[in-house]
Amino acid sequence: MIRVVLPHHLRTLARVGAEVELEVDGEATQRSVLDALEAHYPMLRGTIRDQGTQQRRAFLRFFACQEDLSHESIDFVLPSAVASGEEPLMIVGAIAGG
Amino acid sequence: MSSARVLVGTRKGAFVLTSDGKRKKWDVCGPHFAGWEFYHVAASPADPNRLYASQSSGWFGQVIQRSDDGGKSWAPVGNKFEYDGVPGTHQWYDGTAHPWEFKRVWHLEPSLSDPDLVYAGVEDAALFRSSDGGQNWEELSGLRQHGSGPRWQPGAGGMCLHTIILDPTNADRIYIAISAAGAFRTDDGGKSWRPINRGLTSQYIPDPNAEVGHCVHKMAMHPSRPDVLFMQKHWDVMRTDDAGDMWREVSGNLPTDFGFVVDVHAHEPETVYVVPIKSDSEHYPLDGKLRVYRSRSGGNEWEALTKGLPQENCYVNVLRDAMAVDSLDTCGVYFGTTGGQVYASTNAGDSWEAIVRDLPAVLSVEVQTLS
Repeated sequence: MIRVVLPHHLRTLARVGAEVELEVDGEATQRSVLDALEAHYPMLRGTIRDQGTQQRRAFLRFFACQEDLSHESIDFVLPSAVASGEEPLMIVGAIAGG
Repeated sequence: MSSARVLVGTRKGAFVLTSDGKRKKWDVCGPHFAGWEFYHVAASPADPNRLYASQSSGWFGQVIQRSDDGGKSWAPVGNKFEYDGVPGTHQWYDGTAHPWEFKRVWHLEPSLSDPDLVYAGVEDAALFRSSDGGQNWEELSGLRQHGSGPRWQPGAGGMCLHTIILDPTNADRIYIAISAAGAFRTDDGGKSWRPINRGLTSQYIPDPNAEVGHCVHKMAMHPSRPDVLFMQKHWDVMRTDDAGDMWREVSGNLPTDFGFVVDVHAHEPETVYVVPIKSDSEHYPLDGKLRVYRSRSGGNEWEALTKGLPQENCYVNVLRDAMAVDSLDTCGVYFGTTGGQVYASTNAGDSWEAIVRDLPAVLSVEVQTLS
């Protein structure tokens, strides 16, 4: 079970709480976790990564285990603490705007 | 008894305002999806309970919401707007070629007869269509591939397709407008398009009479006369009587002919409304006085409508999709401001009242006349 923490606006869009739990097939990577997230919550498609290019949206970051994983490859294997559910993968919106 | 429902898109959520036919007391429901931008909220003429809303965010991109109960509840539908084929390039601000990139939906135009058919005008400029209630979108790429696309360029707000007008007498005819490319028309249901900008003169482009490159801000049509269009261009209020084949200026005695909105009275096709804005450098009303101008002669002769509107220290803007008319017996006219007020007139503009104030900046206003 993998835990994912969503930013406020995506919680309201998906009508979930701060954290969701997902079963992920195979190794836990950004790609496999986002695939599972979007399969469970199709309204989140396109809101975290571009639907065409699959690129992370510029104002979002992926944090886990006190590390910024945003610039890792989407197939980078997430830390074992995330894969085990001990730590969440945090999807964080940049603090900007008005 | 008839009633009115006003759909308001703002920088920080959507609002639904309802009133009976007297339009004196308004219930305000919202914000829906607080914190998100709503460039447009539109209703299906074929099913008044079917609403579509363009929800977007600089962080999270584009979402399309749909309501099947008049705005009480909403559900997200499809948000995949993929250009057809290799998108190519358009002109960037500095004149260089810039790849077409989807940014947001500016305007939604539901079909006049089918609640599941809806058009979307997007930035970077293109026209999309959904025939399944917004679940799936396909580009009508004949517009973007018209041939002049590489010469289109963004206005200050982006290269947006902001106006979609469906001809009620001819399902194959659609008008659209892009800032800053100009107006286009299809006569074959969207397969092929041609620019309809003859008569427009824009001093801010190298050839003021060019085929494309004009910064059209908004167009409006009365359904009884689908060949007559009114246009608020960047500067100049324009009119065509032959479906855009030729335009003529009807700014007449307006104190400034810069502005964004234009609309037509529901029952009088020669009665037109604009809100003059000081200039493209100063986006607020002239002299700090918020004035709607009405022409009862299809342009040229304009009268200022001021009763109930602030006549000092008013420095709001009225954005291009933020004016609408209802079709009650005494035509209601509505507009929203960047200061968060929505003003309404129940007597075709003679007097005005703020039916809500202090909303976030208003991006769009639509109104439904319900029976």
